[in-house]
Amino acid sequence: MHGHKGMISIWFFIGVLLLAYGVIILGASTYYAVNPPEHPLVLANLHAGVYWGALLMLLGGIYTIKFRPGSATRL
Amino acid sequence: MPPLALLLATTRLVSLSPVDISIIALYFIMVIGIGLYLRRFTTTGEDFFLAGRDMTAWIAGLSFLAANLGSLELMGWAASAYQYGILATHWYWIGAIPAMLFLGLVMMPFYYISKTHSVPGYLKLRYGEPARVLSAVTFGFMTVLMSGINMYSMALVMKIVLGWDINFSIWVSSLTVAAYVFLGGLLSAIFNEVLQFVLIWFGAMLISILGLVEAGGWSGMVARIHQNFPGQDYTHLWSTLGHFSDNPMGIHWTGIVLGLGWVISFGYWTTDFLVVQRVLAAKDLRTAQLAPVIGAGFKMAVPFIVILPGLLALAVLPEHLMGEAQANATGGHSYNEVLPLMLARYCGPGLLGLGITALIAGFMSGMAGNVSAFATVWTYDIYRPYIKPAATDDHYVGVGRWSTVIGVLISIGTAYLVMQFLSIMDYVQALFSFFIAPLFGTVVLGMLWKRATGPGGFWGLLCGTVSSIGMWLWVKVDPSALRYVAMSVNAKDMAENMYRALWSWIICVTVTVVVSLMTRPDPTRSLAGLVYGETNIPSNAAVPIYKRPLFWAGVVAVVFVILNIIFW
Repeated sequence: MHGHKGMISIWFFIGVLLLAYGVIILGASTYYAVNPPEHPLVLANLHAGVYWGALLMLLGGIYTIKFRPGSATRL
Repeated sequence: MPPLALLLATTRLVSLSPVDISIIALYFIMVIGIGLYLRRFTTTGEDFFLAGRDMTAWIAGLSFLAANLGSLELMGWAASAYQYGILATHWYWIGAIPAMLFLGLVMMPFYYISKTHSVPGYLKLRYGEPARVLSAVTFGFMTVLMSGINMYSMALVMKIVLGWDINFSIWVSSLTVAAYVFLGGLLSAIFNEVLQFVLIWFGAMLISILGLVEAGGWSGMVARIHQNFPGQDYTHLWSTLGHFSDNPMGIHWTGIVLGLGWVISFGYWTTDFLVVQRVLAAKDLRTAQLAPVIGAGFKMAVPFIVILPGLLALAVLPEHLMGEAQANATGGHSYNEVLPLMLARYCGPGLLGLGITALIAGFMSGMAGNVSAFATVWTYDIYRPYIKPAATDDHYVGVGRWSTVIGVLISIGTAYLVMQFLSIMDYVQALFSFFIAPLFGTVVLGMLWKRATGPGGFWGLLCGTVSSIGMWLWVKVDPSALRYVAMSVNAKDMAENMYRALWSWIICVTVTVVVSLMTRPDPTRSLAGLVYGETNIPSNAAVPIYKRPLFWAGVVAVVFVILNIIFW
């Protein structure tokens, strides 16, 4: 086995991307919740984008911190 | 994989906002960034072609699944769910789970202990060069053809859904895949597949959640389907399979169990190098055995994001979707548009971008799987033995990198060929029954039957492949032959493919057995590490039960049985 010492975990990359997506989606969905479009989507009243963005941000943040470069955690 | 019929409408289904574009752009930056980062870790052949054999069970397992979870898989099966109902779930449950568990528990020890780089490589060790060459050439042909067809179909979907130019979609997405696989080889492909797997789930799951909320849960959805489509059963898995004409697929339960559940499923999940390569990258045998089990666990859940949206569309969409020809004639929406329609129904700016990114990610994970497997088989099973046998490891890594690019370019060429000759699309489903079904017969006999010999393996594989192509041609020339090949004149294309796969597997096994018994047995010492009874498989007795592949396979099997009973 060759091994990959010092390699950043894939979960860190996933965490960073989810975190970025969470921030973007939460921001955009909050804006549209405050300024609803002329033709709202089905179930727009549930503000799914706000919750989904927050979830992505939370999970992304956890993974980014847990698997940050130098961390011993490796799945 | 289902046939994703041609999409010929010209209007776009959704419009992307700058927020959506930024989400898609971030995805492309990330996958290229990962490729650039991983280049420094792929210096040897073992790194480039087998990811250093250093993957954990989770990463190998998710990558194993993601390589199969292409965007056409997502959109095509959602369309099939709208058309055929929950019957489409068979391709995820009986058409995958038993085979994935069999791979992990029974076949993986021989692949892993033999230290082969590829499935054709295993055939070389077990049966000799002729079987390897036949398998490598057919695999290479099938891989680039499938890759090109998927590429074209994906570009067409992007044109319909987003109004993107076909050439733009083909070149941008495929060159991105070529770049990150060129840079980081299988390691990069696996990393990106895990990323893509996560994105697919987060991009598609919300459709099912919101759909269930709108429909009033599962029971509300079933009630609405009965109201919208009276007299039709879309929500039972097995109870309508008693006769060919009792279900919209025109299939009998024997076709599902023997053709799909046995030959096609076992052939694909245990011998298609596209998926097996991911598991070969595991860091040890127990990890390699656990990876397909983990993949099976997630595979059982995939209908939640693929089949359920199709069923929910039956319940909540105000219009009835239709076949391609009718949609083109009337200006309505076709079955194939069901997933984008549901996406546009619930997802606003940001979420829409995430959903589209999930589709693009699905396409790229499938394509990366194809090109990384192609590069390995080309380099190790054709180039090294027949073109340049005694070169350095660096040389083969270079060949692997450039064959990645060449594989992508051939796929792009195939995509343009398909664009000119659209009928090629109709034949793609038959490829699996041509090559994969007989290959499964050859590999499984090689692993489990010591008496199988080199000539037996080669002639069995050749006869199985030729007979499958022959049966396909027979039905093309004389459609009434369907009553022999598929047991019924009512059989549809999918049923025909399944029965043809079954016959070709039987022919392969029969020829292998007969020829093997007529030829001299291989010396026992040459079979060490390759076949049951001659391989010392390490015991897991010292490992805690919750870490054993057998334990988790049992858990997955129990859930599998329960799910089939619930949706019977």
